[in-house]
Amino acid sequence: MTTFILKRLAQSLLVMAVVSAISFSLFNFVGDPVNNMVGQDATREQRIEIRQQLGLDDPILTQYTRFMGNILSGDFGLSYRIKRPVDELILERLPATLELVFVSAIIALAVGITLGVYTGIRRKSWVSRVILSTSLIGVSLPTFIIGIALIYVFAVHLRWLPSSGRSGTVDLGWWKTSLLTVDGWRAILLPAITLSLFQLTLILRLVRAEMMEVMRTDFIKFARARGLAERAINFRHALRNTLVPVITIIGLNIGGLIAFSVITETVFQWPGTGLMFIQAVDFVDVPIMAAYLVFVALLFVLINLIVDILYFVVDPRIRLGS
Amino acid sequence: MSLPTDRPATRWERFKDNDIVWSFFHSPGAVIAAVVTLLMILACVFAPVLAPFDPFDPAQISLWDGKLPPAWVEGGQPQYLLGTDNQGRDMLSTILYGGRLSIIVGLAAVCLGMVLGVTLGVVSGYVGGMTDAIIMRIADVQLTIPGILLAILINGIGRAVLPLELRDDFAIYVVIVAIGLTDWPQFARVARGATLVEANKEYVQAARIIGLPRWLIMIRHIFPNTLRPVLVIATIGLALAIISEATLSFLGQGIPPTTPSLGTLIRVGNEYLFSGLWWITFFPAIALVVLVFAVNLLGDWMRDALNPKLR
Repeated sequence: MTTFILKRLAQSLLVMAVVSAISFSLFNFVGDPVNNMVGQDATREQRIEIRQQLGLDDPILTQYTRFMGNILSGDFGLSYRIKRPVDELILERLPATLELVFVSAIIALAVGITLGVYTGIRRKSWVSRVILSTSLIGVSLPTFIIGIALIYVFAVHLRWLPSSGRSGTVDLGWWKTSLLTVDGWRAILLPAITLSLFQLTLILRLVRAEMMEVMRTDFIKFARARGLAERAINFRHALRNTLVPVITIIGLNIGGLIAFSVITETVFQWPGTGLMFIQAVDFVDVPIMAAYLVFVALLFVLINLIVDILYFVVDPRIRLGS
Repeated sequence: MSLPTDRPATRWERFKDNDIVWSFFHSPGAVIAAVVTLLMILACVFAPVLAPFDPFDPAQISLWDGKLPPAWVEGGQPQYLLGTDNQGRDMLSTILYGGRLSIIVGLAAVCLGMVLGVTLGVVSGYVGGMTDAIIMRIADVQLTIPGILLAILINGIGRAVLPLELRDDFAIYVVIVAIGLTDWPQFARVARGATLVEANKEYVQAARIIGLPRWLIMIRHIFPNTLRPVLVIATIGLALAIISEATLSFLGQGIPPTTPSLGTLIRVGNEYLFSGLWWITFFPAIALVVLVFAVNLLGDWMRDALNPKLR
C-alpha cells in the first residue's frame, strides 16, 4: 500500500515539476518581462536596474529555484494586463468556476442516474429508445454548439433566461456565491446544463449497462421469488450494486467538467477561471497563463491520485497484484 | 461466397468477397455515413469549382447584399441559397471554403498524431525495457487530461510564443500541432499493442535471424501490421480533431476570420444571433455537426468490422 502510494506520489511530483518548468520557460521566452513592467520608453539604466531587481541576469537554475519557491508560496507575480497579483485574481474567479462545475455535476448525476435506471429496466419501451438515440446525438455535438442552441432557444427566442454573465451574487466574505438568489440561479442554469450534457449521457449509458447486467443476476431473481415489490428490487437491490463503477467514473469526470468549463464559460461569458485563461492568451498575459497551467495540472494530479487510491481501497485485486 | 468456377477469381470478385467489404455493404448506417462523408469531403475539395461565389474575392462581395436571409425565407434572393453574412458573403460558398479548411486541419492534425504515436508505439513495443516504460508512462499521464483542454493549453502557449504580427499567419500550424500533440497517446497504445503481438511471430524471428537491422524490421515488417487498428483510431480521431479545431476557432484561439473555418464562421455568426440573423450561425453549425456525426458513425462501424472478436 505505502509503496504504491509513494510511487504514485513520486509520479505526480514529476508531472508537477515538468509543468512548472514549462510555465517557467513561458516567463523567459515569451516577450520581454522588462518591457512588460516598465513600458517602451524607459531608459537603458532603468532597464538594467529592473533586470537586476528581477534577477534576470542570474544563472537559469537559480532563477528556476526562485520561481519554484514563489509558486510554492502561491506567488505568481502581477498580471501584465490588470496589474494585480495573479493568485488574488484566481481566487476571485474560482468560486464562479467551482459553482458551475458543482451545479452541472448535480444535474448530470440526478438526470443521468434516473434516465439510466429507467432505460435499463424498461429496455424495450419507445421512451427508452428515444432517450438513447437522443443521447447518441448529445455525445457527438460539440459543447459550444449545444451552448449556442440553448442561448438561441431560451434567451433569444423565448426570453426566459439571461444569455450570459453571472448575476445575483451574494458576498459571503471569502466566497461570492450565486446560488442564494433567484437571479443567480437563472444565470447559472443554461451554462450548467450545457456543461452537464456530455457527462449526463456518459452516466446514463453507464448506469443503463450496469443495470441490465445486475438485473440478470441470481440475487435479483431471488428477490423476485421472495415477492418483493418492484420498487424495492429496482432501487434497493439493483441500483445500489451499480453505483461502485459510477462513483469512480464520476471522480474521473470532474476533471472533464473542469476542462469543458473553459468552453462553456467563454460561450456564456461566465466570469470564471477558464474565461480568464482564454482572455489571458489573447493578451499574452504570461503570469496568468503560467498560473492557470500549474493550477490545472495540480487539480488533475490530485484527482488522479485520489481516484488511484480509491481504486486501491475498493478493488482487492489491485492490492494483491502490486 | 461466390460459386466455385473454373477460372480464377478476378480482382473485383476477390474484393467483393472480402469480409470487411461484405460487412460494409450489409450495414446501411455505414454506407450512408460513408456516402455523406465522401460527399462533404468532395464538396469541400472542389469548393473553388462548386461554390457560386468566391468569398475571398472583394470584387464579388457587396455590402448591399449583406445579412440577406436564405432564399426560401421572405426577403431572400435566389442567387444566395443560404443567405449572406454580415459582410455580404454568400453563406453556401463560405461554408464550402470553411469546411475545406476544417477538413484539411483535421486531417493534418490526425496525420501528425498518427505519425508521432505509431512511431513511438512501435519503438516502445519492439525495444521494450526503459524506453517502453518512459514512453508509456508519458502517454498514461497525458491520457488523464481531457484532450480538448490540452489542445487549448498547447495552442495557447503556441500563440503566446509567436510574435503578434505572425500570429494569424501561423495560427493554422499552431492549431494542427496542438491537436496532433494531443491525440498521439491513443495511436501509441494501439500500435504498441499490435507490435507486441507481431514481434513474437515467426516471420519477425526469421527476419531477426537473417540479420536485418532493428529499424528495418520495425518499418518493413511490424509497422504494416499495426495499420488495421490504427486506421480505426484515425477515423474516430478525425471527428475529434475537427471538433477540436472548431472549438479552438470558436474560442477565438484558432483559425483567424480572414480565412474562416467552420468554427470561425460559427463564432462570427454567434455575434449576430441576438439580432435574429440565425442563418449566419445555423448553417455552418449544421455542416459541422453532420460532418462530425458521419465520420463518427463510419469510425464506429470500422471499429466493429475490424474487431476480430465481434466477427
